Amino acid sequence: MYQYNGFDTAFLKERNLQFRDQVQRRISGALSEEEFKPLRLMNGLYLQLHAYMLRVAIPYGTLNSAQMTALASIAEKWDKGYGHFTTRQNIQFNWPKLQDVPDILDALAEVEMHAIQTSGNTIRNVTADHFAGAAADEIEDPRPYAELLRQWSTDHPEFQFMPRKFKIAVSGSAKDRAVTRAHDIGLLLKKRGAEIGFEVIIGGGLGRTPMIGKTLCDFLPKSDLLPYVEAIVSVWNLLGRRDNKYKSRIKITVHEKGLQEIQRLVLQRFSELRPQFKGQDQTFLNALKKAFATPAWIDTPTTTFHENYATYPNFKSWVDINTSPHRNNDYAIATVSLKTPGQTPGDASSAQMRVVAQLAKTYSHDELRISHAQNIVLPHVHKSHLFALYNGLYPAGLATANAGLISDIIACPGMDYCALATARSIPVAQEIALRFKALKLEHDIGPLQIKISGCINACGHHHVGHIGILGLDRAGVENYQITLGGDATETATIGERAGPGFDASTIVSAIERVVFTYLDLRLSYLETFIETFRRVGAPPFKAALYPDASEGKNAA
Amino acid sequence: MPSKSYSKVITANALLNGDVIYLNAKGGWTRQHSNAKIFHAKKDAQAALNTATAEASHVVGAYLADFSDEDAGPKPTHFREVFRTKGPGNYFHGKQAEAKNVSV
Amino acid sequence: MAFKKDWNTQMDVIVTDSGFSADTWSVETTLSFASETDPENLILPKAIQRVVITFPNFADGRGFTLARLLRLRGYTGILRAKGPIISDQYAMARRSGFDEIAISQAQALRQPEKDWLFRSNWTAHSYQSRLQASG
Repeated sequence: MYQYNGFDTAFLKERNLQFRDQVQRRISGALSEEEFKPLRLMNGLYLQLHAYMLRVAIPYGTLNSAQMTALASIAEKWDKGYGHFTTRQNIQFNWPKLQDVPDILDALAEVEMHAIQTSGNTIRNVTADHFAGAAADEIEDPRPYAELLRQWSTDHPEFQFMPRKFKIAVSGSAKDRAVTRAHDIGLLLKKRGAEIGFEVIIGGGLGRTPMIGKTLCDFLPKSDLLPYVEAIVSVWNLLGRRDNKYKSRIKITVHEKGLQEIQRLVLQRFSELRPQFKGQDQTFLNALKKAFATPAWIDTPTTTFHENYATYPNFKSWVDINTSPHRNNDYAIATVSLKTPGQTPGDASSAQMRVVAQLAKTYSHDELRISHAQNIVLPHVHKSHLFALYNGLYPAGLATANAGLISDIIACPGMDYCALATARSIPVAQEIALRFKALKLEHDIGPLQIKISGCINACGHHHVGHIGILGLDRAGVENYQITLGGDATETATIGERAGPGFDASTIVSAIERVVFTYLDLRLSYLETFIETFRRVGAPPFKAALYPDASEGKNAA
Repeated sequence: MPSKSYSKVITANALLNGDVIYLNAKGGWTRQHSNAKIFHAKKDAQAALNTATAEASHVVGAYLADFSDEDAGPKPTHFREVFRTKGPGNYFHGKQAEAKNVSV
Repeated sequence: MAFKKDWNTQMDVIVTDSGFSADTWSVETTLSFASETDPENLILPKAIQRVVITFPNFADGRGFTLARLLRLRGYTGILRAKGPIISDQYAMARRSGFDEIAISQAQALRQPEKDWLFRSNWTAHSYQSRLQASG
């Protein structure tokens, strides 16, 4: 993974000094709150419901054991002993004090981490496939490009006060694990003959007006990446609406101006910007690729793995559900679930972070990932180490075998924490997970992604959940709307609204009815929920959700 | 003209530690919602809010919140404000876990 | 430099790398563009050597892109940003191609010279310059 050089270290030191000074000026009154707010946001500091919240960047979801251990220490020293991993591969601390934040940032800098541009009207954390560099189906590791974009976007002079936030995701595989089609810019590495380049997708986004992104450029040569992305952001910086924050994102700009007009403007800007990039960025890129070189694989027998797999059913179950194929046949990608039913989705205690850090150092070539599904991934585990890994995770409550299953729920913090929320999401996630655990149906149901958002901003990605739940405020009472058939992958789809919402006491049984309908209608256990939904459509599910409505129709 | 139907408090977050705070009857700030001053007149509430907003040195994000005037003291009428008096529901953190009757 | 009390209170304070100075420009010799200017209308007669881009508020970053475009299109004269820009934006402005910033006297009182000088080392720590240098 990327290691800071002198430039990066000096940059971060200077940046943190600037923020320390800004905090002091805010406290002294030299800066008004109106002036301070964008400055604290571009350093990741939000004001939430009960306290401040610091969002720390985990660039393209990659970190090492020293960094994970530092996050654990920061949580212990300046927070309440835990952190929350997010759908954009960041970590959030929910209880920092303003005057401590400069010290927290300095502690992060010691392990080459930061909170820069994790908020504000800036270019945010560039996210990537959490299986990058490990997946068997990968065309090319997207992370060198993500790191190049991170550096290019950091403190970019033009793009600190844009109409709104801007989100970029990169995928290196035909299987889209980075939700690229729901980003302002999605970059997909693809082959054209012998050459590898990018399909550039633009204007995806969830929230109030969810949209799947459109292809702006079918094949962009790698050497054009920075000027082309800069052209897009530059065009949008001038065009994006500043009069209405709900219509500011580039998805609306594309919708209002038309894709062709945006293409024309981008090409025009690109032609002006391209000569400015004289090749140094490509030299950097080549150096970055070396930083992301394949680890030195170990070469030992996997016999004990096969024996343990055959002997221990819980281990077998965990391997079957929580590991994924690795490009090296003797290795596996291991997902560490932060979704034990009853726990807050995506949360890890400091103790758990330390356990995972140590296990990653020993068994995963000292590398960890955070997935947008709010789980931790150990990308490079030799199969002979899986049993020891599992036994290391188990006592820490980190061995739940539910990756991709119904209890592997994505949920935003919701109104338990977030000032923007209209309803709570965490208790709904907990109840659903516990209910299906109690019913002992999780494995039978198979892959089913539930995503829950506590407000229309959709940080829980509910629009692209197989089952999405949106928590709203209906006449002063929490009300949960269900969407069906969403998809976050390369077959990206916005879910369809099922009908009127359910209150907190009926939402879980409503989800049950949807799931039982699936179990009734599927051709076999081999047909997943989303496949069944695509085959039969929404009507049977709606009928199950609203039995009185269909009775009313029949009675006519 | 004071009205029973208009019933609000001024609430904000403390600048340094982000705690939820309420304007009290003495024009200071309290962490205890039961000590919050209830406004029944829109004009008075707006004037107090303007003053509170100008108090940038230790208060941030002041706004008016619906609270009812009960015998036992002011009570939040919307679930969001109920949560702000307590803390999160998933961990015993925040106000619910801290000593009561602590003024800002 | 010290803030002269006998300056016309309507006159802007000009901020450069060396701190505050008085505004010596006259309206007649400058060309002014608003932040909402369409880049296709960013046309400069060759003789113009003084251009102003106005910022309606500090949260509106369009002026930085307009400045960059002016420089890309070959403008070599003096480029000034005018508006309620804060000192924390000084480096952004310089890197985008502005030579100086014009702020109101009231703002200069709230954001004294030392705040601006704190950011005057704007050529340092620039990822973007690094990536655009020659290969």
